Amino acid sequence: MSKTVDNKGWFFVLPVVLLVAFNAIIPLMTVVNFSVQETFGDNVFTWAGVQWFQDVLHSDRFHSALGRQLLFTGIILAIEIPLGLAIALTMPRKGPWVSVCLVLMSLPLLIPWNVVGAMWNIMALPDIGLLGKFLNAIGFEYNYTRRPISAWFTIVLMDVWHWTSLVALLCYAGLVSIPDAYYQAARVDGARSWAVFRYIQLPKLRHVLTIAVLLRFMDSFMIYTEAVVLTGGGPGSATTFLSIDLVKTALGQFDLGPAAAMSIIYFLIVLVLSWLFYTLMMRNEET
Amino acid sequence: MARISIENLRQSYYPNPQRDEDWALKRLSLDLADGGAFALLGPSGCGKTTLLNLISGLLKPTEGRILFNDHDVTEATPEQRNIAQVFQFPVIYDTMTVYDNLAFPLRNRGVGEKDVDKKVREIAAMLDLDRTLSKRASGLTADGKQKISLGRGLVRSDVNVIMFDEPLTVIDQHLKWVLRSKLKELHHRIRRTMIYVTHDQTEALTFADQVVVMKDGEIVQIGTPIELFERPKHTFVGHFIGSPGMNVLPCQVAGGRVTFAGNVVEAVNTKAYRGNGKKLELGVRPEFVHFAEKGIPVEIVKVADAGRFRIVETRNSEGKINLLVREGRDIPTQNVRVTFDPGHTQIYEDGWMVN
Repeated sequence: MSKTVDNKGWFFVLPVVLLVAFNAIIPLMTVVNFSVQETFGDNVFTWAGVQWFQDVLHSDRFHSALGRQLLFTGIILAIEIPLGLAIALTMPRKGPWVSVCLVLMSLPLLIPWNVVGAMWNIMALPDIGLLGKFLNAIGFEYNYTRRPISAWFTIVLMDVWHWTSLVALLCYAGLVSIPDAYYQAARVDGARSWAVFRYIQLPKLRHVLTIAVLLRFMDSFMIYTEAVVLTGGGPGSATTFLSIDLVKTALGQFDLGPAAAMSIIYFLIVLVLSWLFYTLMMRNEET
Repeated sequence: MARISIENLRQSYYPNPQRDEDWALKRLSLDLADGGAFALLGPSGCGKTTLLNLISGLLKPTEGRILFNDHDVTEATPEQRNIAQVFQFPVIYDTMTVYDNLAFPLRNRGVGEKDVDKKVREIAAMLDLDRTLSKRASGLTADGKQKISLGRGLVRSDVNVIMFDEPLTVIDQHLKWVLRSKLKELHHRIRRTMIYVTHDQTEALTFADQVVVMKDGEIVQIGTPIELFERPKHTFVGHFIGSPGMNVLPCQVAGGRVTFAGNVVEAVNTKAYRGNGKKLELGVRPEFVHFAEKGIPVEIVKVADAGRFRIVETRNSEGKINLLVREGRDIPTQNVRVTFDPGHTQIYEDGWMVN
């Protein structure tokens, strides 16, 4: 039996193939290309093998940037996920305040990232900024350009301000979609509010929470714009996260080979950790 | 265990009800005896679920009182009223096992684990859930899940009333029958007050000793299944209950005689008529219409086979008359005439039976 081949079908797939090729595959292959070669410009390349990968993996600078990154993302997830969930639980379900809350919650999400950085930069200035001046006035030694603790505090606060809404809105959407009958059944069964949360709300929110954790993990793990605008990676290298370190290597020092190797390692870490989160949170999924 | 009394209950979902249509329940009083099996029957939107939720305490009435054993519970929560309720769609706690689901209402009330275990196993055996007890509840089929819901409703032995809100909607046809008989059997065994909401007359009539028929937020009739069948107090009841429903035909009453399409007809309640109604109708169930030599001339429109019966649709100048003909009986072809059984023919005045 001969198989009918209709080559016209390929034309329908072509746009997607081209789009994915241009925005993902080709740039990624370029990075792969750079990561195994040495170049001094003028389009002259020499083979470097896995040299750059070895260098990056053994470099203290990379280790400390990765450590800072993991710590930052850990703090962000530990604050934003419970806080977003708590906010969603307290938001009204009906009435005129619903729209007010939704608009207020969405506002931070609509502000461009560099503007967020600039806003917090100005607000946290120790001499004239509202936040900086206030903190110093009540007795804290606060200066985000000099003190690493201050810098970390400001970046975390800024990220929480910027992104907790996303978690809250996702959770809110999940909560609203739980049918009333569940709450009614729980009341009839004599469940206390903790039991309602533990046995109804939390299980029903599993999917949106997985999405929220994944989004916040990926975004915070790749934080760049806001941190650069706010602290520029300082003081010293106290807030130099992976992406900032990467840009410094690639564009500051023009070490394209190591930067490319670092990009690939960075990419693989995000990929593996995302997969890990997803698998862990979905492991008991019903079939 | 409780006798439930409802006094002048009104319920509106609008903050400021003005018109008649704003009321989901229009002033309603009702007494439900202790230990009875009741059904609230009516079409969608007639207020039966509203009434159920008011009794269970999930809703607070706009006006009126609810009493359990003469004790006012109008302001009490479902938990304080100590009731159980099973909902239309299965509500299960996904992360728990079947066992923990059934134990949940008991554990929430601080019942000791030994008693919990005894009750859970007893209910599980009753509902054929014993083999799935250690499984996660989320893995069960829709009817397995609904059995869990039923089980959670039945597991507490001290409840005042158990309420079912169209509980068999998601159940397969053959299992519906099984579960319905099971509920009936359970009621006989535990003798607890049960209220069953449904729009399905078969479910209502097979389950309940007393059926409350509702329409547009009002009670139209309360009665045993036989009363509803033989003496529907309103043409709506006659029409809603029975398959096909009661024949409702225009008629005239003059000088103590009822006439339909020029033929004199005998009705049970002719004498009671005092002549104030605007719209007069005659009600007779298809079961009580027969072919005869003499009688009302009609023509046959359609014959449908319904197993042990044939449903014959006939017509004359004044309306459509259905009748049931037992299997094996002949259907005349020429000079077709029908008569109404005088003992089961009623006259209705503006929809309500004359009495």
